[in-house]
Amino acid sequence: MSVATHDDAHAHDHHDHGPAKGFMRWVTTTNHKDIGTLYLITGLIMFFVGGAMALVIRAELFEPGLQYVDPHFFNQMTTLHALIMVFGAVMPAFAGLANWMIPMMIGAPDMALPRMNNWSFWLLPFSFVMLASTLFMDGGAAAAGWTLYPPLVLQTGNALPFTVFTVHLLGMSSIMAAINIIVTVFNMRAPGMTMMKLPLFVWTWVITAFLLIAVMPVFAGAVTMLLTDKFFGTSFFNAAGGGDPVLYQHLFWFFGHPEVYILILPSFGIISSIIPTFSRKPLFGYASMVYATGFIGFLAFIVWAHHQYTVGMPIAGELYFTYATMLIAVPTGVKVFNWLATMWRGAMTFETPMLFAIAFVVLFTMGGFTGLMMSISPADLQYHDTYFIVAHFHYVLVPGAVFALYAATYYWLPKWTGHMYDERLGQLHFWLTTISVNICFFPQHFVGLAGMPRRIPDYAVQFAEFNAMSSVGAFVFGFSQLIFAYVIYKAIQGGEKATSEVWEGAEAHGLEWHLSSPPPYHSWTEAPPKEIISDLH
Amino acid sequence: MKKTLQLLTSLWSVIWGVAYAETGSGTGVGWGALNLPAGATPLSHDIHDLHMTILWICVAIGVIVYGILVYSLIHHRKSKGVEPAKFHENTKLEILWTIIPFLILIAMAIPATKVMIKVYDTDKSDMTIKVTGYQWKWRYEYLTDGLGKGIDFFSSLDAKSNEARQLGSKIDPTTVEHYLLNVDNPLVIPANKKIRILLTAADVLHAWWVPEFGWKKDAIPGFVTDGWIKVETPGIYRGQCAELCGRDHGFMPIVVVVKPEAEYKQWVAEQLSKKEANKVDLSKTLTLDELNAKGKEVYAANCAACHMPEGEGMAGTFPAIKGSKVALGPIADHVKLVLHGKAAMPAFKDQLNDLETAAVVTYQRNGFGNNKGNSVQPADIQAYK
Repeated sequence: MSVATHDDAHAHDHHDHGPAKGFMRWVTTTNHKDIGTLYLITGLIMFFVGGAMALVIRAELFEPGLQYVDPHFFNQMTTLHALIMVFGAVMPAFAGLANWMIPMMIGAPDMALPRMNNWSFWLLPFSFVMLASTLFMDGGAAAAGWTLYPPLVLQTGNALPFTVFTVHLLGMSSIMAAINIIVTVFNMRAPGMTMMKLPLFVWTWVITAFLLIAVMPVFAGAVTMLLTDKFFGTSFFNAAGGGDPVLYQHLFWFFGHPEVYILILPSFGIISSIIPTFSRKPLFGYASMVYATGFIGFLAFIVWAHHQYTVGMPIAGELYFTYATMLIAVPTGVKVFNWLATMWRGAMTFETPMLFAIAFVVLFTMGGFTGLMMSISPADLQYHDTYFIVAHFHYVLVPGAVFALYAATYYWLPKWTGHMYDERLGQLHFWLTTISVNICFFPQHFVGLAGMPRRIPDYAVQFAEFNAMSSVGAFVFGFSQLIFAYVIYKAIQGGEKATSEVWEGAEAHGLEWHLSSPPPYHSWTEAPPKEIISDLH
Repeated sequence: MKKTLQLLTSLWSVIWGVAYAETGSGTGVGWGALNLPAGATPLSHDIHDLHMTILWICVAIGVIVYGILVYSLIHHRKSKGVEPAKFHENTKLEILWTIIPFLILIAMAIPATKVMIKVYDTDKSDMTIKVTGYQWKWRYEYLTDGLGKGIDFFSSLDAKSNEARQLGSKIDPTTVEHYLLNVDNPLVIPANKKIRILLTAADVLHAWWVPEFGWKKDAIPGFVTDGWIKVETPGIYRGQCAELCGRDHGFMPIVVVVKPEAEYKQWVAEQLSKKEANKVDLSKTLTLDELNAKGKEVYAANCAACHMPEGEGMAGTFPAIKGSKVALGPIADHVKLVLHGKAAMPAFKDQLNDLETAAVVTYQRNGFGNNKGNSVQPADIQAYK
């Protein structure tokens, strides 16, 4: 039959062709795994760049007095550290995981929009080179904090337009990645893979993608207004011209609050994949997990001004934002309880991914508690802009988002490379990281409560002991990450062959474990059998 | 087992430390600086109590959650030979752990609302002080008749801290009294009076925060925010700017001296008479050297932070004064720029008196190798205002 012949010929032409060779493979690739790898490597490199800046900060804060850097440079470091970690390390790493895993998890051959996928990645390296180049410009990089609040940020020298343009490019990249994920999940699920069968990681990413599309334009708009205020004589944020500096804060946090959920929701998805596998039990409360994620995504849009309790809002505003913010504790609590119930009466083993997942649950909950404390607006009048806040958001972002990324890497690395990683080094990395992260950030709760403001390069001597401790923790943490990089390198180079299942019983937890390790270049060229999908839990 | 015991003892010492810091009103130093101060005003007590309530609720929830987790980690492991259970939902349980947290939140919201209403009640105050944030100092203006109206001064980091905090100063901060928390002119207020604080800023955002008073509030250019304090015990209270405001954000402390009413009134009288005595004698003509010497002091205190001690500025952000068009150009433009400011350059007309303005302009025209050789007299300044 002619149709069949045609199909055969087609298959001969295109099946099993591997990637192009050499450098151009990576520049022109439209393959979801190649692009995922590029994203992940970019995330790791930027994690070390942002980490080096954190170590400059912690070195200066090791003891009172100014030892190493000018205060203006210190402020550039705090600003760039945050921008790079948020936009350069964590977001690209999650986008990398989405690219790698979503087609494999939903039974698709690739992402829906492969060329756009390529573009959305390749915007990133250029944006970050541009952002880093601002350090060498007259007046240095932006030094007004990652929130870029006016009027201070308008005092930035030549770096301002480059910083704003970087934000525009990163926004475009994120929006394209988000559109791609939504289109892929809505259109390319294998037969039988209904929405309520999707792995939690896919669900959390879909909701994250909607958040991205909704808020990145707001941020782009706000920074563009900075640009016109500075160069084109507008007065959006200048009271003398009829504007309002606080308007910027409302715009920023309307983006910024959903942004912090963009950084944490995919982590919830990862942890919800890992805990069931190593507990050898289905995830507890799948449906409530999905609804809780959706509810968190909704709340993200209506709580922004809790970052601004001290700007002098009317009391009705203060109280509204207090109540709305406190509500976040409910769906977040549901998630933590569901993870506990998943572990309960399981048969747990403690490989590196599981260790990081457990540490995530423990330490993210710590950050949740301090978050609840600062949702109480009168108390936040004390906490606001102190190291207590610094401790809080580092607890949710480092042992939160970053630990989820470690867990995900160890969990899927054997699938990606086809080799088991070095478990002993993984465990060493886990213990060094977990202990040092607490030595670094736990004391910051104390100095914050005792009165140390954030974003200062030098401090009164009564804060010296805890700051020294924090700096020691930061350095141990920073250098421990070299182990992580080495483990990845080693697994790529070779090692014990991984089976397609990799982890005992994993086949029941996701389609990706039904593909070979490493998986074929075009993941699911044929839809996975329906029985496999209906057996998933 | 020994490890667990060690962990428990260290945990206990931390909890004990929190409790101790609480009773010790939080002025603890070193390892003792652990908790919010209970403070010195009615608001700070309320906020501290609220903080402790939420903290203990969180600790209680934490003990339950972590307790269950630890039990599970110990007993539900494969190495114990257990068979994994198969359950994956329980509607009753899921409803329960949605509703119970919700009820706890309501229990927390009620006291929070009460305290917040009190924080916002600035009515019936006995006196008002306007606080303005500048890069990088505070200005205090007393607005209430009979309780200091007419007093108006700037407050910046004290000279000793300022010297020690310079990069590579080689001065050990521990040898400086109240390092970074001391000022030249503290705010002085009477005890047991309800004082309304009005906040605004001259350039960028700042935030006025004395932890022992219980709150902080942003100072926003072009807008006025407010808060109130009523300090029970006379004494000295210290705080800092809490909103990133540029290079020297970490170096604009707040010191408040609280005096009994009688002493306060005495202080007010002294200030007002001193102000009269300090009025600049405009009839006097000063020599170039006199002006330069005075100008050097004024420059160090007001200009050096941005334009640098040697007038070289900071490329791209703060223009150099050395060899600048302004310093070498017409005197009128130079004085006007200092008085009225431009973009990031603040207006100094309220910060410097006529003598100081004349001196600093003269110094800028003659120092750093500018050597213009001309001078400006205090009497000339009025013409440009």
